Amino acid sequence: MKKVQFTSLSMPYLLLFPQLAIVGIFFLWPAAEAVRSSFYLEDPFGFGSTFVGFDNFVDTVTSSDYGRTARFTAVFTFFVTFLSLAIALLLAVKADKVLRGASTYKTLLMWVYAVAPPVAGLIGLLLFDQHVGPIVDFVALFGWQMQIGVNYYDTATAMIIVSVWKQIPINFIFFLSGLQGISKSVQEAASIDCRSGFRRFWTVTFPLLAPTGFFLLIINITYAFFDTFGIVDVIVKAEPGNNPVTLVYKVFLDGFRGNDLGGSSAQSVILMILVFILTIVQFRLIERRVHYT
Amino acid sequence: MNRLKLSDHLILILGVLFMVSPVVLAFITSTHDALTIFRSGLQFTPGDQMVENYRKVMFEAGGFTKQVDGWVMLQNSLILGLGFAIGKIVISMLAAYAIVYFRFPLGSLCFWIIFSTLLLPLEVRILPSYEIVQSLGMVNTYSGLIVPLIASATATFFFRQFYMSVPDELLEAARIDGAGPWKFFIDILVPLSKTMIAAIFIIMFVFGWNQYLWPTLITTDESFFTLVRGIRQILQVWVGSQIPDYQEAMALAIIAMLPPVIVVVIFQSWFIKGLVESDK
Amino acid sequence: MATITLDTVRKVYAGDVEAVKGVSINIADGEFIVLVGPSGCGKSTLLRMIAGLEDITTGEIKIADRLVNNVDPADRDIAMVFQNYALYPHMSVYNNLAYGLKNRGMKKAEIDRRVKEAARILEIGEYLDRKPRALSGGQRQRVAMGRAIVREPAAFLFDEPLSNLDAKLRVQMRVEIKRLQRSLGTTSVYVTHDQLEAMTLADRLVVLNKGQIEQIGSPIEVYDNPASTFVASFIGSPAMNLLEVKAGEAGLGLAKGTGLSAPNPHGKPAYKLGIRPEHLHVVDGQTVPDGHLSITATVNVLEPVGAESFVYASFADGGPEIVIRVSSHARHQPGSTLQLTADPANLHYFDPENGQRLTG
Repeated sequence: MKKVQFTSLSMPYLLLFPQLAIVGIFFLWPAAEAVRSSFYLEDPFGFGSTFVGFDNFVDTVTSSDYGRTARFTAVFTFFVTFLSLAIALLLAVKADKVLRGASTYKTLLMWVYAVAPPVAGLIGLLLFDQHVGPIVDFVALFGWQMQIGVNYYDTATAMIIVSVWKQIPINFIFFLSGLQGISKSVQEAASIDCRSGFRRFWTVTFPLLAPTGFFLLIINITYAFFDTFGIVDVIVKAEPGNNPVTLVYKVFLDGFRGNDLGGSSAQSVILMILVFILTIVQFRLIERRVHYT
Repeated sequence: MNRLKLSDHLILILGVLFMVSPVVLAFITSTHDALTIFRSGLQFTPGDQMVENYRKVMFEAGGFTKQVDGWVMLQNSLILGLGFAIGKIVISMLAAYAIVYFRFPLGSLCFWIIFSTLLLPLEVRILPSYEIVQSLGMVNTYSGLIVPLIASATATFFFRQFYMSVPDELLEAARIDGAGPWKFFIDILVPLSKTMIAAIFIIMFVFGWNQYLWPTLITTDESFFTLVRGIRQILQVWVGSQIPDYQEAMALAIIAMLPPVIVVVIFQSWFIKGLVESDK
Repeated sequence: MATITLDTVRKVYAGDVEAVKGVSINIADGEFIVLVGPSGCGKSTLLRMIAGLEDITTGEIKIADRLVNNVDPADRDIAMVFQNYALYPHMSVYNNLAYGLKNRGMKKAEIDRRVKEAARILEIGEYLDRKPRALSGGQRQRVAMGRAIVREPAAFLFDEPLSNLDAKLRVQMRVEIKRLQRSLGTTSVYVTHDQLEAMTLADRLVVLNKGQIEQIGSPIEVYDNPASTFVASFIGSPAMNLLEVKAGEAGLGLAKGTGLSAPNPHGKPAYKLGIRPEHLHVVDGQTVPDGHLSITATVNVLEPVGAESFVYASFADGGPEIVIRVSSHARHQPGSTLQLTADPANLHYFDPENGQRLTG
């Protein structure tokens, strides 16, 4: 930590107390509770619970419903991550090049960061509305009768588009600052060595951006998993029925609507393990990133 | 070398249109009356019902919710955004200070406990969290709304990184100048962290304001609804209604996004700095 | 005004790294002591122990005859100037100077008087309202000095305060620090790795190596009579020539190579022989007096530095290279042979095993 530190017996504990108390009550306890109840079958009327070992996990993983949700989550995560990263990278590269109006472009491209996911979902609901939505009208010209909330794939498409829209700003901010962090002299050296701007991008700029890209990849996967809850919830109008939902949404659904405490907890634990792995990867990447610069 | 082409601007303008036009359409929709929209589809020019729609959303209870108007929800959103941001900053500055500047038994254990919270987002432990908050009688209270959200250590991590970058000699100089732990914190470290505090404040305010799932669970009493929470209420009215009140829904959406957007746009440079640097 | 006494002070870090191995120094009131040595020799650790920023493993440190081992830095009545200045970036120059005084509960009027006085001495009066970031390197250095002066401490501690300045400013500030210390008469301990800075500032030098004192003495004493080969090669630029020699039939000759003959006053079989570059003289057509050093070497390079020049020359048969200081007008062509001599009084004999100076 630091070369010189204070040595006080009570003060550090005093300073840490509020944080530790909150972490203990609202993090450790619920997390432990989730793990515990994933091994129990809860009586739906609240009369005790029985230990069932890994039954909840087995039931969860083998249920066709869960498999369908997991597959959708994977596809959804792939499209959201790929599209939002690709579009943001393209825009950041262009924004890095322009001089005139650069800050205007930057502001206009980043402000959507502040829009809440459910608000984004609500606007999406308007644009994809069966009666008045301009996007529905537009694709109808090509013979696509879009039916959000009715057709599984149409709903999925709307979810992906809204989620990408909401995620572009943060990727854009990171890519742009990554690009601006590449030293001018390296870029000048590259322009002497390589005439083609396109080649130059792929051989010099892109590899130098790779640490930022890896970092964002993790951020985006986490986003697609967890932060899209509001978008999903609004687009299915809080009544999913047969519509696609993400794994996190299913945890919520089974826990609060289905009253399947054990199953919901087992799903939580599976997600915990997944996030745990992602975070480990992220920490390793951050370490690398520090060494890189 | 980097010759600027027209196509570059074209791509950027397309990008801007993609980002901006949905919100513009939402705003235009909020200035018409329901019948116009229902009969002749979405409008592309502003209408004349703006004042009326916004007045209704802001000050008339009923419609989407039975008891509260937009004004109350706006206040609740502010309480959540500010309470969360300020609470989180104060608590995490203190914790990070202890972790970085003190040598004490169990120090590294405390560090790991706090940073383990970075591993699990609230969403994966949502059900037990809800039950615990419920058993503590904190449902439909501001503290139940705010405090559990503070459990994640993101801000503590940012401040720890920042404190580590403060030169050791400042502490040494301050000790020779007779400053004890409190004085050093108040006189030196807090003023030095000003930009950092501002950046984290903006990030956390937006994060708190935009919370959806947690308020949905924890506030069933409408007088505690935030604007973002109120969105869910719109849906329930929307489902199965003959002529949906698009204009009022969009007015509420605009009101819900306006404060965080204004904060982010105005304090752009701080916000970006905080976001980009704290993740290093 | 105070004396500082260090009595067998040791510092052992976790993992049994002994950074300071039993150092004892008596520093007189008003004295300017420079701790000098290569990086990692323990000089900064020693200074920080005096300041109270590092714990003392064993031994005693007294400031003004008061044992301060367990006294807080703020209560040791010392002031410190840091390498990176450690100015509080968010405070004006005035508040940077006043902060320590305020913490001591000093009256406003007295603080104001002291700050103004220090600002006058250091000529930073017009910057008092500025923040450190609006100052140049030299100005920041002065503010750092000012922060030390206002406290009117028993001792100044300097931790390489000039190493962040460019060469020209460094010389200027060096002179200023010395003048200031003379006029205030405050006991000072100064840490540097720059031997020139050490020589010019010190009343007494403390040469440290691997956590131990190699030699204590006035700059001239240390220069003229280095106590060991380490001191001999560390103090002086270019460094003293150190040659491995062994006894032959006619006095001493090189252990490897040929072209040297020197007297053997101590009657030992082998030495390290030290000769400063300025003590070697070119003999033109004259014979070398009996009992004087005699060297024959071939010129490699002539290096003019302006006021003087340095000749790098090698002994025959694979012998070592030596440096000779010559006048700036000398024109020695590479490849030419030089006949050199030196007064026996200027020859330094060191034990070849432990590097200690042989006297008597």
